[in-house]
Amino acid sequence: MTSPAPITETREAAPKADTAAVPALSIDGISHAYGPRRALIDVSFNVQPASFTALLGLNGAGKSTLFSLITRLFGIQTGRVGIFGHDISKNPGEALRLLGVVFQPRTLDLDLSLTQNLLYHAALHGISRREAATRSAELLGRIGLSDRTGSKVRDLSGGQMRRLEIARALLHRPRLLLLDEPTVGLDVKARADIISHVRQLVTEQGIGVLWATHLFDEINASDDLVVLHQGKVLAKGPVGRVVAEAGAQDVNTAFMRLTGAQTMPGSGA
Amino acid sequence: MSSITAHDAPRGFSFSEYMTCLTGIVWREGLRFLHQRERFVSALVRPLVWLFIFAAGFRQVLGISIIPPYETYILYEVFIAPGLMAMIQLFNGMQSSLSMVYDREMGNMRTLLVSPLPRGFLLFCKLLAGTAVSLLQVYAFLLIAWFWDITPPPIGYLTVLPALILSGLMLGSLGMLISSGIKQLESFAGVMNFVIFPMFFASSALYPLWRVQEGSPYLYYVCQANPFTHAVELIRFALYGQVNWISLAVVASCTTVFMTGAIFAYDPSRGLARRGPAGGEG
Repeated sequence: MTSPAPITETREAAPKADTAAVPALSIDGISHAYGPRRALIDVSFNVQPASFTALLGLNGAGKSTLFSLITRLFGIQTGRVGIFGHDISKNPGEALRLLGVVFQPRTLDLDLSLTQNLLYHAALHGISRREAATRSAELLGRIGLSDRTGSKVRDLSGGQMRRLEIARALLHRPRLLLLDEPTVGLDVKARADIISHVRQLVTEQGIGVLWATHLFDEINASDDLVVLHQGKVLAKGPVGRVVAEAGAQDVNTAFMRLTGAQTMPGSGA
Repeated sequence: MSSITAHDAPRGFSFSEYMTCLTGIVWREGLRFLHQRERFVSALVRPLVWLFIFAAGFRQVLGISIIPPYETYILYEVFIAPGLMAMIQLFNGMQSSLSMVYDREMGNMRTLLVSPLPRGFLLFCKLLAGTAVSLLQVYAFLLIAWFWDITPPPIGYLTVLPALILSGLMLGSLGMLISSGIKQLESFAGVMNFVIFPMFFASSALYPLWRVQEGSPYLYYVCQANPFTHAVELIRFALYGQVNWISLAVVASCTTVFMTGAIFAYDPSRGLARRGPAGGEG
């Protein structure tokens, strides 16, 4: 693992004395219930800075509930969520500043232009108009949409919209990026583009990524893996270790063994 | 890029960050409004139908005596104009709340709520933006009404502004409070029947309350207790450069109560959290 963010000075009484090992995201004993139905049961794992962590689970495993808790859309019932050490319940402002999110449903204003969508998001983060315009132009260039800045979002393809959403999530320069099944409904080419773009962010910019998916082929051997099934974490750790511990050859088989093999992989795709 | 530490002390937000956020939300609401021309037209047509048709028909039926703030006998059209201005705001407030339910279903609300700024402030900005849109509609209505001989004193166009802002905030926050309790879009039809119509008809928008009292003392008390009556009266007096203090007090208190309620309802650890997943789960 590459070294996490630099520590410029020694701090007294920093929470969790070992500052060097502060994870980008720490999920600690999270349980969540909708009335009698338990959606998450004692979920704990970490995402390190500059790492790609895949959250693998079928539809209904509790991935979206977990995302809603991390982004503070729901209140936490039991447990703790920390973003670079900032508790999301106690200190939401600081935690959300460091977080970029791409939700599963599209959340763009279809009738506004690409630039207008980005400027709105920047304003929500208190980024001044001039600074926001510079960053928007730069990000739109990076995702290859510089010539479309004034078009309505409605006229974009599905893959372009996703790229725009990722650009938007990066606008306030977060250190942790959450993506909830971002490739759903995209064609093979668009999927590959998005995956390689996000992997680039990890290696080049040191962003910690949590990537929720139910598609095995989106996971690399070098990734970290969390297997979530029916609200419980069945396995976590580097992909190689998880696969080996399950006595399997690949992620697909490992997942089948862990979950009891009743469900066909990728059946929800 | 800033270096990251585990230090948990909040850095807070500067005044200019707050203002950037506020301007951004109002700007986006304005853009959306411009893109929905049908919404603007229907927001104007509704009160104009009341003014051109209903009021003309009722002119002969209802005599209006001289009641404050009017100093002479007035036409029925002149009487109901403030009621129709409040109606524009009532519909706009409920429509903004409809858009919040829609936003929540479509996920746009998520974009707003993951902003790091305090959630109460974000919702307040959203309310102000909705109110700003209602002001555009009301002034467009006043312009057309002027050609229909509804001519308040020129200063009235200015003095009515603070009244409109306050009543817009009250009706907007009521809508927001209601929207927090609605799970799906379809429930909004119920809101129309159970909130908009009773509020509008059991108020002083269409008839002076002394007339109501003659007909039914009970309905009179209902009208008096209706916050919408006070929004109408606040606007009516302000349009003629006067302040109706009782209405001002009622509207201000209701605004506070509704807004506090709405912010409470959108607090993640209370309101929405108790209501299950908001959208697709997976």
